[in-house]
Amino acid sequence: MLLGRLDNKIVEQTRLAIVDGISPIMEVVSRPAAGFNRIVDGISEQLHLRRELTRLEEENERLRQWQSVARRLEAENAAYRSLLSSKSDVVPSFVAARVIADAGAPFVRTVLLNAGHRDGIRRGQAVMNADGLVGRVSEVGKRSARVLLLSDLNSRVPVLNGTSLQRGVLSGDNSDWPTLVFLPSQAQVSPGDTIVTSGHGGVFPPGLPVGVVGLVRDGNVRVQPYVDWHRLEFVRVVRFDVPKLAPAGEELPVAEFE
Amino acid sequence: MTALAERAGSFGRLATPAFVTLLLVFFSLMPLNLPDSEIIMPPLALMAVFYWSIYRPDLLPAAAAFAAGLLFDLMSGGPLGLLAFVFVVVQAVAATQRRFFLGKVFPIEWLGFCIIALGAFVAMWILGSIYIGAFVKAGPLAIQALLTISLYPMMTWLMIRVRRAVSGI
Repeated sequence: MLLGRLDNKIVEQTRLAIVDGISPIMEVVSRPAAGFNRIVDGISEQLHLRRELTRLEEENERLRQWQSVARRLEAENAAYRSLLSSKSDVVPSFVAARVIADAGAPFVRTVLLNAGHRDGIRRGQAVMNADGLVGRVSEVGKRSARVLLLSDLNSRVPVLNGTSLQRGVLSGDNSDWPTLVFLPSQAQVSPGDTIVTSGHGGVFPPGLPVGVVGLVRDGNVRVQPYVDWHRLEFVRVVRFDVPKLAPAGEELPVAEFE
Repeated sequence: MTALAERAGSFGRLATPAFVTLLLVFFSLMPLNLPDSEIIMPPLALMAVFYWSIYRPDLLPAAAAFAAGLLFDLMSGGPLGLLAFVFVVVQAVAATQRRFFLGKVFPIEWLGFCIIALGAFVAMWILGSIYIGAFVKAGPLAIQALLTISLYPMMTWLMIRVRRAVSGI
């Protein structure tokens, strides 16, 4: 355990190599899980039809709101772009991957993906699914990658309150709903405010949907992520190249495992 | 030729406890999207380590228990060595206490497992909290412990079937 705590490159590389080498086994083992999940989903759907209906209606409403926000922003952007005659933003490409291991331990919140360095994944890249931001790639092997989820204790994501346009940091604490910290002192946050990535520090591409403010209590702001932690299966890793101002992303030497 | 096949066969038989434990480690890592954050997949391999340490400690030595725990730690991304340590301790306790369990009825064995499993989870809670530098919520761990304990009879049934299928152990 002490070995794991030391930031020793050799230990890291060995660990990466072992995990990477075993990941193909997890890939195979995890496939029945998908089928099992679908059966469980089917059963629970039957049991909670009414609740499911309400949930879907609320989600629909939320998506409609997002749609109108997106349209407005799109129009604004187009207007600004033509005003400034600026080049269009780089459209990020994605690497599709599947979650193959998820211990769900109360100590860390990470998942393992079945894509790695050879698929174009690099350390630090943002990971999303259809709902929103999932987390960040923390380690990359040749054919597998570990994702630090937003909810993990060590996760820190610079975000923007889309409603009040104030910046903050989304900080995980191993619970389902991360907290929003480092807001400016006059910050006005209310439940329902949309939270997106701010792109501050070049860590993530800006504008990725993160979640909505869930509750505000005694200066403690909790964000309900769009992502459902219990429905993580297929994800997309965002291949975002940081603009050349910063050094080209820190990269641990990738474990070469033949 | 047959001598080689025989030797391969007997090796396969002898490796069964270790292989089953390994398999359970992989299964416990499966991304089962359990609907509640409070419910976590129990460490299935813990039951196997306990069982085999009582009935065939020669086939599941401390090194095997350590390797299984370490594998789980590596793949889960959790504190490195946490489960490796817990598995080794469980193996040691079960192996030294096996004379007490052998020949007793199943409920006694189950009770023994309950006590040891509880100890294991308390150790995980303490060590895990030290590692991450903050107190881990005891709730999910408690539920995990309860799940583990209630799954033990089924695991024992499974192991008995395995032993019947693989003659000689």
